Amino acid sequence: MLILLGVALVVVGFAVGFNPLLVVVVSALVTGMAAGHTPLEVLATFGKAFNQNRNISVVFLVLPVIGVLERAGLQERARSLIAGFRTISIARLLIGYLGFRQLTAALGLISIAGQAQTIRPLVAPMAEAAVEARVGPIDEPRRQAIRAMTAATDNVGVFFGEDIFLAIGSILLMVGFLSQSGIVLEPLQLSVWAIPTAIAAFAIHGGRIILFGRRQDRPTP
Amino acid sequence: MIKLSFVFIVAGLIFAAYAVLSALDKTNPKRWRNALFWGLFAASFLAGDHFGDLGNGVLVVALAVTAGVGTLGRGEPAGPSAAEKHASAARFGNGLFVPALVIPAVVLFGSLVGKHMHMGGGPLLEPKQETLISLAIGAMIALAVALPLLRQPLGAPLQEGRRLMDTVGWAALLPQMLAALGAVFTLAGVGKVVGGMVAAGIPMDSRAAAVAAYCIGMAAFTMITGNAFAAFPVMTAGVALPFLIGKFGGDPAAVCAIGMLSGFCGTLMTPLAANFNVVPVRLLNLDDRYGVIRAQAPTAIPLLIVNMVLMYVLAFRAHG
Repeated sequence: MLILLGVALVVVGFAVGFNPLLVVVVSALVTGMAAGHTPLEVLATFGKAFNQNRNISVVFLVLPVIGVLERAGLQERARSLIAGFRTISIARLLIGYLGFRQLTAALGLISIAGQAQTIRPLVAPMAEAAVEARVGPIDEPRRQAIRAMTAATDNVGVFFGEDIFLAIGSILLMVGFLSQSGIVLEPLQLSVWAIPTAIAAFAIHGGRIILFGRRQDRPTP
Repeated sequence: MIKLSFVFIVAGLIFAAYAVLSALDKTNPKRWRNALFWGLFAASFLAGDHFGDLGNGVLVVALAVTAGVGTLGRGEPAGPSAAEKHASAARFGNGLFVPALVIPAVVLFGSLVGKHMHMGGGPLLEPKQETLISLAIGAMIALAVALPLLRQPLGAPLQEGRRLMDTVGWAALLPQMLAALGAVFTLAGVGKVVGGMVAAGIPMDSRAAAVAAYCIGMAAFTMITGNAFAAFPVMTAGVALPFLIGKFGGDPAAVCAIGMLSGFCGTLMTPLAANFNVVPVRLLNLDDRYGVIRAQAPTAIPLLIVNMVLMYVLAFRAHG
């Protein structure tokens, strides 16, 4: 039971608002030591896993080119492109993006879009411009709400599309784990069961986008 | 063969450049702290395989302390004004999208065609790493296209890259640190304890109760570890195999697939899934550190309920 102290520390530390980096370090030490490991053993495990997971941070390599494009006016161009098409509402834009993200993720194309690649430089400015084209300049809280919804749409799209792809990590993990337990399955047998949830995710998040769009397209009272 | 380790070296050199540029940036009052942070990050990419496990552990703690005790500054390299950017946008028009589309085009090519290409008797790209390598190559090609096409100065990629990295700040480190925390949780056996508690604490006397325990357990355990992959073996061994599949005869494929997706509903609601829920908050300059999670939870909760219904209906068809 004592080893759950580290888990509790993470929950409380994030809730109270301590710096997450320090919370993670303290939690790792507490958890490892509660399980009877020395601080040095815990530190070595932590360092080894950190080094093995450097691939997570490779996505930051797109930032120099995104920065150059933003310097040359990419966000402004994305805005004026959308502002030129008055028929493109924020709801159409985000539902279209959601469908695009789910379909391409289902084909295994996870990294062609993302928070750094598409949301910040393209989709978020487009979503803001789609609202501004209808109601005029928007205030900061509304701008932030639009950005948050745009980021959420990217995550929902990729999470509930990728499992339809046969060779994605989560499907391979399930195949591997089940075979250890004596249940032999093909990836396809698992991935077809991701389709109903993918459709439900599109319906639920798409419905929310429509309601969100109606609220945004009303002028500020 | 182009290996992932080559990508790490490129990343290391870029972060090293951010460190040098930070140190030279007299407008940033915390320039030495930023230089140290990006310098340590660079060291991890350049030489992480040579530090040993303990050395890497010390490196991570040094990174966490640099960014966590006190705060990093934000470099604001001089650049064009808003009016100049508007003029530039009008001048280049849709040509601005060309380099942005190069990245997905290269990733597409690399993951579909590149993985079958060979060079000197071996594969051209390191197997299983084709996508990440393609992403890195795509970013470099996009840069090579953008600089002449958009008449940008040669120093712009590193200065603008540094500006964006400083915007992300400490959050850049969090996804990798949380993955490392997951490894410590595994070492300590946190999963077994939680799985045992769920199996012992919740009565599994009906199919509905077992479905709810598995799906909610997957979502909840994913929220406290930040990763559905960590939750899956624990909850499946603790609840799905003995009860849903063993006792109630559920179809293992449907049970496990929908269980994993229930975990993904948890991923939408936890700050521990930092690359999805924290990094965008920084990239989009949101004031609310949980702004993205707040936008996702009203989708995640109904979807979790739908998953339970789907599992209840679809996984037990053989038994009516």
